[in-house]
Amino acid sequence: MTPLLLADITVFVLSLLVGLEVITKVPATLHTPLMSGANAIHGAVVVGVMLLAGAMGTGLGYLVVFVAAALAATNVVGGYVVTDRMLQMFRSRGGKK
Amino acid sequence: MSNFDTSTHLLYLAAAVCFVLGLHLMTSPLTARRGNLLSGAGMALAVVVTMAILARDGAISSVGLVVLVGGLTVGGGAGLLAARRVAMTSMPQLISLFNAAGGGAAALIALGDTLERGALPLARQPVSTSLTLALDVLLGSVTLSGSLVAAGKLAGVLPGRPVYSRVNRPLTVLLVVLSLAGVSSLTAGEGGTTMLCVLALIAVALGVLVTLRIGGADMPVVISLLNACTGTAVAMAGFVLHSTPLIIAGALVGAAGTILTTLMAEAMNRSLISVLAGGFGTGDNDPTLSGADGSYRTVEVDDAALQLAYASKVVIVPGYGLAAAQAQHEVVALARALTEQGVEVTYAIHPVAGRMPGHMNVLLAEADAPYEQMRDLEEANAEFPTTDVVLVVGANDVTNPAARRPGNAVSGMPILDVDRARSVMVIKRSMGHGYAGMDNDLYADPVTAMLFGDAKQMLTRLVAALRAYV
Repeated sequence: MTPLLLADITVFVLSLLVGLEVITKVPATLHTPLMSGANAIHGAVVVGVMLLAGAMGTGLGYLVVFVAAALAATNVVGGYVVTDRMLQMFRSRGGKK
Repeated sequence: MSNFDTSTHLLYLAAAVCFVLGLHLMTSPLTARRGNLLSGAGMALAVVVTMAILARDGAISSVGLVVLVGGLTVGGGAGLLAARRVAMTSMPQLISLFNAAGGGAAALIALGDTLERGALPLARQPVSTSLTLALDVLLGSVTLSGSLVAAGKLAGVLPGRPVYSRVNRPLTVLLVVLSLAGVSSLTAGEGGTTMLCVLALIAVALGVLVTLRIGGADMPVVISLLNACTGTAVAMAGFVLHSTPLIIAGALVGAAGTILTTLMAEAMNRSLISVLAGGFGTGDNDPTLSGADGSYRTVEVDDAALQLAYASKVVIVPGYGLAAAQAQHEVVALARALTEQGVEVTYAIHPVAGRMPGHMNVLLAEADAPYEQMRDLEEANAEFPTTDVVLVVGANDVTNPAARRPGNAVSGMPILDVDRARSVMVIKRSMGHGYAGMDNDLYADPVTAMLFGDAKQMLTRLVAALRAYV
């Protein structure tokens, strides 16, 4: 095992634990926006696609990058916008439009 | 480490901090919107930093740049349009589609990565790389096809009932064995890009097969699980590319999905295994099914309105029928009219009401219901004994007292104890069954009165009657 891999594994495990800790506290009322917001966060895959694009040099490679970029962008943009749309509807009794 | 590397690392760390804090702010409806914006800002930061890395390394060819920007623009536009236009009732299928997109992108990263490393066969890769590549492709492809099928079921394009034949089970087992064999041989260094593509195809077939045989009632569990899978796939892609933000984001989502999956399965008293085995539930409510043998009481709209108006405490129990009839605005209008009469109104929301976790809360929020009036299962059950009238709108199995006795399809499922209230009114299209496909004992209870009709029309008539008589 390389030190790099060990560092990656450490980050992965700790992030899992942080995620479990933070998300357990989210009330049922917000479960749909939570799922949608989490969905948007895994849109970070767009970063991966960009890094991959830097390494590509063949026609087939470009095709893969194009499709992956389109999918990732749909995920990240749509995810954040739709979560925001949902959350702006959650108002308290006092707070009117 | 150069200054540039150090700053990109620190900026990526800042982005990851934004994700975590963003999720943390989602613990209260007051701060949730800010949380999502913060998480979005983190994402924008991560994208900008990545652009800087690409620009500095000069690694990306001009063609590559055009292809990348083109793909991002097309996808971003599509995502934006879909997110702006979607109706709140269709939210579950849209989130499923976005999830499918994320899974597909993660799988493609692994495929693209091996394509470019073509010169270096997998055999010469360290196990950590080949294993994460294989897992990324497996999980990404399963979520891609699984989420598409789930979205199809939720949108009503595919039948909501479990779809399977006799060969289904052995075929599923075969595919699972094949995909595990694929993962282990890839990890051992056997087979290259072709093997990875075959694994992707097997995983796609597996996703379709497993999701098709899961009934509509179990969808909240399934979409939570698929969400967790995408998260893990993205984390694996992070291992492949050695990208910390991907690992962190993926792990966070994996954790979120796992928690929601567990919560949903508990709320239905079903084990994850039995959900995945599928075949549960009859799918969409069939109005021609005759239910209980006529031993129920009906009530006129005017009487119902009066009863509601003179109650001091009313609890509304919304279910999927409310969402299907798009009656969220009408139910909130009724609640508002009752509040004006001095009636205390709350909404009791079962964890699996609707088609995804918390779906009903979103619909009520859309109709401007204050979230202070929304009660979860435990809070609501504590309130029922002091409640004058419970109004059940389009909910069925989650109110069935049969769950308290053993030996039936809903036994042991946590339910809303509506029968403990002084009286119950049920708005329903017919005596048809819910997803569990069984009679609801509640309807035969002497405290219960039925209001047959479409939820939207019935609620409108109730509001009109309230205005006319009170």
